[in-house]
This record gives sequence, C-alpha cells and structure tokens, in this order.
Amino acid sequence: MAKDRIEARRRQGPSRRQLLQGGAALGAAAAMGGLAPQALAQEKIKLTIWAWTPKTQELANLYSKKNPNVEVVVENVGQGAPHYVKLRNAITAGTGLPDLGQIEFNSIPSFRALNALANIGKDGANSVKDAFVDWTWSAVSDGDAVYGLPWDSGPMATLYRADVYEKHGLQPAETWDDFAEQATKLAQDAPGTYLTDFANDSGWTAAVLWQAGWRPFKTEGSKIQIRINDDVAKKWANYWQKLIDAKAVDTKPGWTSEWFAAFDDGTYAAWVTAGWAPVLMQQAMKKSFGKWRAAPMPQWEKGGKVTSNWGGSTFAAFTTTPHPKEAADLAAFLTTDPEVSRKWNTEAYLFPVLKSLLADKDLMGHKYDFYGGQAVNEIFAASAAEVDPSFEFSPFQDYVNSQIEDNFAAAVSGKGTLAEAFDRIQDTVVTYAKDQGFEVT
Amino acid sequence: MTRFLAGHRPRVIIGKKIAPYVLLLPFVLVFVAFLIVPMIYAFNLSLHKTALVGGTRFVGFDNYARAFVDPNFWSGVWLLVRFGFIQMPIMLSLALAFALILDSGLVYARGLFRIAFFLPYAVPAVIATLMWGYIYGPAYGPLAQIAAFLSLPKPDFFSENAILGSIANITIWEYTGYNMIIYFAALQAIPADLEEASKMDGASAFTYAVRVKLPMIVPMIIVTIMFSIIGTLQLFSEPYLITNLARSVINSHFTPNYYAYTLAFTAQQYNYSAAISFVLGAVVAVFSYAFMLASNRGTR
Repeated sequence: MAKDRIEARRRQGPSRRQLLQGGAALGAAAAMGGLAPQALAQEKIKLTIWAWTPKTQELANLYSKKNPNVEVVVENVGQGAPHYVKLRNAITAGTGLPDLGQIEFNSIPSFRALNALANIGKDGANSVKDAFVDWTWSAVSDGDAVYGLPWDSGPMATLYRADVYEKHGLQPAETWDDFAEQATKLAQDAPGTYLTDFANDSGWTAAVLWQAGWRPFKTEGSKIQIRINDDVAKKWANYWQKLIDAKAVDTKPGWTSEWFAAFDDGTYAAWVTAGWAPVLMQQAMKKSFGKWRAAPMPQWEKGGKVTSNWGGSTFAAFTTTPHPKEAADLAAFLTTDPEVSRKWNTEAYLFPVLKSLLADKDLMGHKYDFYGGQAVNEIFAASAAEVDPSFEFSPFQDYVNSQIEDNFAAAVSGKGTLAEAFDRIQDTVVTYAKDQGFEVT
Repeated sequence: MTRFLAGHRPRVIIGKKIAPYVLLLPFVLVFVAFLIVPMIYAFNLSLHKTALVGGTRFVGFDNYARAFVDPNFWSGVWLLVRFGFIQMPIMLSLALAFALILDSGLVYARGLFRIAFFLPYAVPAVIATLMWGYIYGPAYGPLAQIAAFLSLPKPDFFSENAILGSIANITIWEYTGYNMIIYFAALQAIPADLEEASKMDGASAFTYAVRVKLPMIVPMIIVTIMFSIIGTLQLFSEPYLITNLARSVINSHFTPNYYAYTLAFTAQQYNYSAAISFVLGAVVAVFSYAFMLASNRGTR
C-alpha cells in the first residue's frame, strides 16, 4: 500500500511548467538505444506492457516506429498495489501475463521468488550494464543474470522551507545529530512548528535505514538471512524515539491532504525525500511557491557521503513471454534510448538512472522558480552517485512493509518504543519466512 | 369426459411441477456459478498451503487450527463486538424514531424527508468515507476549523479512543435511512382502524406509537438487527479507506475482513486467508443464531 501511495504522488500528472524545452547534448548517450543488433522476429508480433506511468504508450510507439514489425500495447491495470495484485493473479493462473511490466526496485526480489521474471542477461541485456548508475544495476542483476532494466529512481536529499529556516536561524543540517538538535530547538522556539514529520511510511523507513547501513535481508535461493533488529536499526530507532518523546517531530500520517497543507503553510519545515519529490512538491504546494530549497541528505558521520534511494522502477520481462529477445530489446530501448530516456524525465518527470543523463548539465542544471531559482536536480544527481549499492530487499517486501507500518503505528501511538517494534517485526518476519518455506539463518 | 380430463391431468401436473424449477433456473445457475462454486474453490484453497519455497501441499485443517488461536483475528472480532454495541443501538433507535415521526402524519413534505434520510444510503461507501475523512481532518477539517475559531482544542477523530466512534458515525450516517425505510414500510402496513380504535380508547398519538405500532413491527426490528449483526462483522470498506488518515490506530488486522484482505493481497497467504474467511462466516452464523434464540425467547 505504501508503494501505491508513493507512486500515486510521484506521478501526479503533468505540471504547468515544462522541465526543459531543448533537446541537445545527447553526446554520451548517442551510442545507446536498444541492444546490439541480433536476430529478432521478422514476422509481425505484439508486445504488451503493464505500466502506470504517464506518456508510456506514446513513448513505446517510438519503438514501433523503428521496428515496424513490433506493435507495442501499454495497459494500465492499476497503480502500485493493484498492479501487483493483478500480476500475481496472472502468475498464479499461469496465463494472462504481459510481456513486460513495470516492477519497482523493491518488488524485484518478490517477483523473482515467484520465478516470474525472465533472465534477459542471456538475451544481451548485459551490454547496456555500464549505462546505468551502479546501485540500480546491482538491484536488478545477480551475476550475469538480469531480471529487469532500471528505468527511474529516487536518490535521497532534503527539501526544506528557506523562509522557515531563515526565520529561526537554521542551516540545512549536515549530520543527523545537527538535524535532531535543530528539531528540538525549532519545537521550543516555535511551538506548533516542526522540523519534520515522522510519517510512518515503510518506503521512507527503508530508505533512511539503508543510508544508516541497515542490511536486513540477504537471500540466496531458499536461504535467507534476516537481521531487521540489528544495532543499526536500534540506534536509528532510539534516535527517532527521542525526538518523538520530546515532541520535537510530529507523527501525523503522511500523504494526506492535511500533511501536504502542513508543508505548504510551514508547519513542517523539511522533508528528507527522494529525487521524484521536487516536481511532486511543486505540484502539491499552493502558497509556498519560491520558498523551497534542496540540500543534501543529512549524514551519520560528519563529512560522510553516503545516501540511499526511495522508489523507482524497472522494466522486467516475464518468463511466460513467447518473445523474450524482443521483450529484452524493447526494455533496453525504453530505458536507454537517448530520446526516450530523456523524455521520461522531461515529460513524465521520472528521475533518471542513466549516468549520461545525470551528467547532463542541461537537464540537471534546470533552474526552478519554485525553488527560488535553484537547480535542485543537481543535488539529487549528486546523491544518485552516492547511493550505497549493497542494499537488498526481501522476497516478500509487501509483508515486511505492512509489518513495519503496523508496529511503528503502535509505537508512535504510545504502545512501546520503536526499538521494541523492530524486535516484533523481526519475530513476525522470521516466522513468516519459515512459514513460506525459507531456511532462515 | 372424465376420462378425457383424467388422461390429461398427469401432464398438467408434471407441467406445474416443472414450471417453477424452469423459472428458478436462471437464478440457480447464477447462484451456483457465483456463490457455490467460488465457495467450494475457497474451501479447497483453505485446505492447502502454498509457500514461496516448496509450492502447494494439502494440509487438512491446519489453517483452521491456526485461525482459532490467531490473536490478530480475534482482536478484530472483539473490536467489532464493541463497535456493534455502540453503533447498532444508536443507528436502529434513530431509524425507528425517524420512521415513527414520518409515519405519524405530523410532518409536512413527508416524501422529501423520507428521501433525504435515505439519500446517504445511495452514496457509495467510498465517497462517504472520503467525505467524512475530510470533515474529521485534524488540522484543516471544518470541525477543527470551527474549534480553532472558538479557541477550543481541536478534536482528534483519529485518536485511539475516538476511532471506533468516528467509524461508527460514518456507518450510522450511511445506514440509518436504509433501516428507516424498512420500518416505515412496516408501519404503513398497519391497518388504519387500529388507530381509530386506540383513539376511541383514549390513547394519545405517543401511546399509540409506542404501545400499538412498535409491537406490531417487532419482526421487522429483528430482521434489521440481524442484518446489522451480519454487516457489522463484515466491516471493511470504512476502516480500509480511512487507514491512510489514521495509520497509527488502524493496522492491517483491524477487522477480520481487513485481516483476510491483507493476508491474501499483501502477505500472499491465500490459503490462510480463505480459512480466516470461513471462520468469520462461522462467527457470523454463531452470533446470528444466538440472537435468533434470544429474540425467540423474548417474543415467546
């Protein structure tokens, strides 16, 4: 469900402002666009894609233009959770799966566990490996096996209200210790104003814990290592517990219209968030235009350069497709073609995963009036290069997410602490994993 | 002549015997296809277990054994029992009061009020919940704004203590009109001469309503309580839709149906979810039967 919510917000239709007009500077990317030529189908075929992003059919049609034998049909079967429910139903039924599907990074292991994702590594997908930011490639691959091609991402940074910061003499926090200090100070100076909201969102939780060094899962076939309540988690839990107990941060649920309004009127001053958030905020805010800025994500070590990722998707081919080669080629085209990959960013507002686009000064240097003329994408692009690639999601991430949210909810409403919540999550997830036939170590 | 008739009679009788079944056939087909078959399918599901590793195997009644001692399931049932004890008396008394007032003939534009009371039932639960979600909004909702204007503390409709009442209020708003229509129809069927008779005996309109009309629609009241018990134990849409607003008090096993839903679609435990659904069905049957027994004893 959390995924559903994230997606719902980050793809909230086109904004009035175009991110970019021009379209030069394709230099580095020009070599890409589909896999190396190979023997693809000569007869007419049809490939189906399930995805919920805007403009998808339009951009997929560009493939048919270059490959007249291939008709591409994009179907939107729902956003986030309903999309996955339908995929799982089709997998269970053994029929009805599309050739390609949108699979978010955190769902790749879950669908791999169902043996639903085709290994397109043997269909030449490894040839585009170097085009992608490292962590995105490790999220979709396993040695030479490739289970999807990275499409968009959400590297973490901070969005904050310059006006509120200025009024209370705050600077963007370099470290999490500074952040906690500022939160406490702000709550004292201006009761009713909070530095941020601890919104109990499992996607956000995984992202900020990822940065802290939390590595809860390690899956190898049917063996899984589960370390949800490790020292990193406990330290992180105590950090936030202190702020919650001191009422230095708010604990309202995220993603509600009230929550957005609280950012808009300056009740909340900062949001540590992902690369898809700048455009989202620009669309969601009404009166705080021009007052927003971006800054790097706070670090656990002073001078550190470790970030993480929240959200983002891949194109994955399913094992049932009768045209695996063509599906792989289409996925490669949609993710690496210079024109298409650029348009995902400028027209659908997806944050890129290609090194060439992240290095593109024109694209990343775009100045937003909403952010007082700041080129906010540069901050997020810098973060993309610092994402630690060693994080692994579990093969039953939806269940883990629901357990995180259930147990955090209890802690936030005063039943125990966050640290105890991690212990309970560890227990239920271990029980679940064993029940699902995994060998838990 | 008699022989002629006698010769035909068996055919007529057979025709009469078959006709009802032929007429029932469309219903029976749909009933079997969309209720019986899925139930058999679900029951079969509940006897198996599918794991991510290891596939599907037959486990007999293991899932049921697990459901019977699952605190997540029983906490949901207990919550709904408490919910029902708040929600049903309020909703049904309101419905009854409205029906009696409308039936008394004291109200002008009766048809208008009848429709106005019934209208919320025509609003889909999704819309109703979103609407109330906005009204309850803790910082910017209209009630919070009024409280702020009057310098009162803003009410928190999503706190742990308030959430049951908040959801109950939505369902009361939704279903009072529906129950009122049932009562109203029953009241309309009471013969007018009873009113004359009671007037001649010196009964006031109030006495007539309470002493004559009310006892005559008791069977209908029993039916509506029955419906409410069943509806309450299956509560799903309202808490599900309000989750995003009240995540800290509504968890993934808030009500039994909510639990069955998350088991199936979040945890991918379709088999256990099917078992939970059947156990919930049994709980509904037990509660309904207990109520029937109690009301039979009461009316005897």
